[in-house]
Amino acid sequence: MNYGPLLFLAAFFALASSWFGFVLSPQLQIGRLQQTNSVPAGEAYPVARPGLARQGLDVYRANGCAYCHSEQVGQTGIVSDVLLTDAGTNRQALTAALLKVKPQAQPTELLATLPATIEEGLTNKAEADAAAKNLSVGGAKAQVWIRPVGPDIDRGWGKRRSVAEDFLYDYPVMPGSQRIGPDLANVGVRLPDANWHLLHLYAPTNKVPGSAMPPYRYLFEKRRIERARSPNALDLPPELAPESGYEIIPKAEARALVAYLLSLRADTPLFNAPLSAAAPAPPSTNAPPK
Amino acid sequence: MTEASSSSRASGLAASTAEIDVSCRLPLLVLFISAAIWLVMASVFGLIASLKFHSPQFLAECPGLTYGRVRPAFTNSLLYGFCVQAGLGVALWLIARLGQTTLAHRWLVSVGAKVWNLGVTVGVIGILFGDSTGFENLELPPYASVLCFLGYLLIGLWGVVTFHQRRERILFASQWFLFAAVFWFPWIFSTANLLLVTFPVRGMTQAVIAWWYSNNLLFVWLSLVGLAAVFYFVPKLTNRELHSHYLALFTFWSLILFASWGGIPNTAAVPAWMPALSTVAIVLTLVPLLAVALNVFQTLKSPGSNAPRDPSLSFVLFGVGAFVLAGLMNIGGALDSTRQLHFTWFVAARTQLHLYGFFVMVMFGAIYYIFPKFSGVEFPYPKLVRVHFWLAALGILAYALPLAIGGILQSVQLQDAKISPVQMVQSSLPFLRASTTGDLLLFAGHLAFLGNVAGLVTRFYRARVTAVYSVATADLFKSAEAKS
Repeated sequence: MNYGPLLFLAAFFALASSWFGFVLSPQLQIGRLQQTNSVPAGEAYPVARPGLARQGLDVYRANGCAYCHSEQVGQTGIVSDVLLTDAGTNRQALTAALLKVKPQAQPTELLATLPATIEEGLTNKAEADAAAKNLSVGGAKAQVWIRPVGPDIDRGWGKRRSVAEDFLYDYPVMPGSQRIGPDLANVGVRLPDANWHLLHLYAPTNKVPGSAMPPYRYLFEKRRIERARSPNALDLPPELAPESGYEIIPKAEARALVAYLLSLRADTPLFNAPLSAAAPAPPSTNAPPK
Repeated sequence: MTEASSSSRASGLAASTAEIDVSCRLPLLVLFISAAIWLVMASVFGLIASLKFHSPQFLAECPGLTYGRVRPAFTNSLLYGFCVQAGLGVALWLIARLGQTTLAHRWLVSVGAKVWNLGVTVGVIGILFGDSTGFENLELPPYASVLCFLGYLLIGLWGVVTFHQRRERILFASQWFLFAAVFWFPWIFSTANLLLVTFPVRGMTQAVIAWWYSNNLLFVWLSLVGLAAVFYFVPKLTNRELHSHYLALFTFWSLILFASWGGIPNTAAVPAWMPALSTVAIVLTLVPLLAVALNVFQTLKSPGSNAPRDPSLSFVLFGVGAFVLAGLMNIGGALDSTRQLHFTWFVAARTQLHLYGFFVMVMFGAIYYIFPKFSGVEFPYPKLVRVHFWLAALGILAYALPLAIGGILQSVQLQDAKISPVQMVQSSLPFLRASTTGDLLLFAGHLAFLGNVAGLVTRFYRARVTAVYSVATADLFKSAEAKS
């Protein structure tokens, strides 16, 4: 009997299995991902990047920024903090509850400034919930805050781990494979100043001494000052400034790239990547507080 | 080797080795010469990228030579310019030789090789002009990918036809590997291009498909072709039988089943089952890894005639060693519990050890053996072949070793939030600078390789021109003699 076709088919399916696994299944699962809501605020997430930032993504791609910068923050786990936000009316009961939750606590000191952190870094969420419940006596209010932890979070590279939703509207998606430079998943929150980024692109070592990033001078243009100095011109320190009568203007690419970097803010709390954030300030109205 | 022992069973129509070699001549000349040129191009790009770590200002004014463009230009010219091209050349020769039949439609194959080269050239220029697709190891812009795909089809199709026309019906293990490889490349290449570039899928799915493609090209396609050459050349060059045909087939099945599932880093922002499955598959690649090591080791140990050691054998055996080492590094990286190793130079060291230490070295060995066979001319500088071996072997070690150590150090630093990114890059710079030595050695080796190939080709064409001239002038003199 000729086993040739049978063996061919077997080899075909062996190789094809990875196609089903890592091409078809991801498409069925995360390829159909939709815009979701942040938890608990319920805002739509993600929203498409503004037009200039989209052009900036193209500059990011063309210049291969992803070969040195990743855009994926990791976390090793989640811890819970218990916060007392309102002391309520029954001080005595609260002090007793406080000592029950945390026997070595100094109630008078803790209650002097609110909100006060009662417990920090609890790895067991149930324990934190129980503590918060115990503290809620006599109108006192306690909250449980969820806080992702890990070296990336401690470094300030992100508030929570990156999830597939963060990249939903990007093309191409460049999560990066190397961390020669810092992670950029959340750089828009960490470094919100556009001028800082422009100066950093023009002369990296001036902003970050010891940086190994090459300067991107070709994204800038040296121009003679005609009537007045352009409002877009870079404010360069004397050692970098061009000769008098000239100014350095960022080209459209540089502005787009900075707009993209500022649009990188993956800090929205999501159902699958929870995180407690300070509640937004209440809208100012004349309505009496409830 | 089955070739000699089973020739009695072959049908009477089997082509002679001389006929097979002549049929391969034209396409293999095109493939191997272009591959040698691409290799030198790749190392120029690689050297520029490496020098950026000595001084970030180096060539920074020129947009085409910024690190983020030179680095993909380096990887793409090495991958598509040398690896796939040389791999196809060796594959065609092996398919024809093992099937004892002449290469079908060699003209079309060499046209395919030219179209492929046009594609890679256009693609690398495109990358330097900022047209990269942004997906690692698939940076060739779409217009270049179309050319490459057409070129590949022209080459691969006639490879399959040649396989089908084989006179020796009993398959040798290498043919399994080659046949699967010829089919697998167009599948992964078209899938990746269609789903990432032509009709892009949404969001993180792009990254998953890009990882899948990159893993399948580097760790499945290259392994299939490289191991086919290993299983052919190790017995051939040592005058021994392959230790176990079935162990080689077991390697084949376990490789295509496990290695094709690797590649999703466990840091990826995707549902957790993907990296988990990928890690399991990578750990299971230990099976084909050990099978290859055992088979090669037992073949070498088996009694046989002790022929003088061919320099090709040194290249191939170095390649086997690097294959095992890179595989173990891959498994170690997948099992890393800190999940930071994926972001470091350790991965670059492992990839380069597999790509260069294994595949390129095996291809060198194969080309040094095949080239004189099909051209009928010896290499002009045989001593340079040994020099090349030492340059390449030391070069890849000097490249990968510092990067691997630097990468492990980097992963330790990434876990400590007190160490700033600047401190981190400053402490990995000495390792990066040390690896430039490796780049320089490899570059020197590539010049030696190109020199030898160019010398051989010059000899080959000089011999042909002399032959043609003597035939033409013989007629001339004959007619003159007849007149007188």
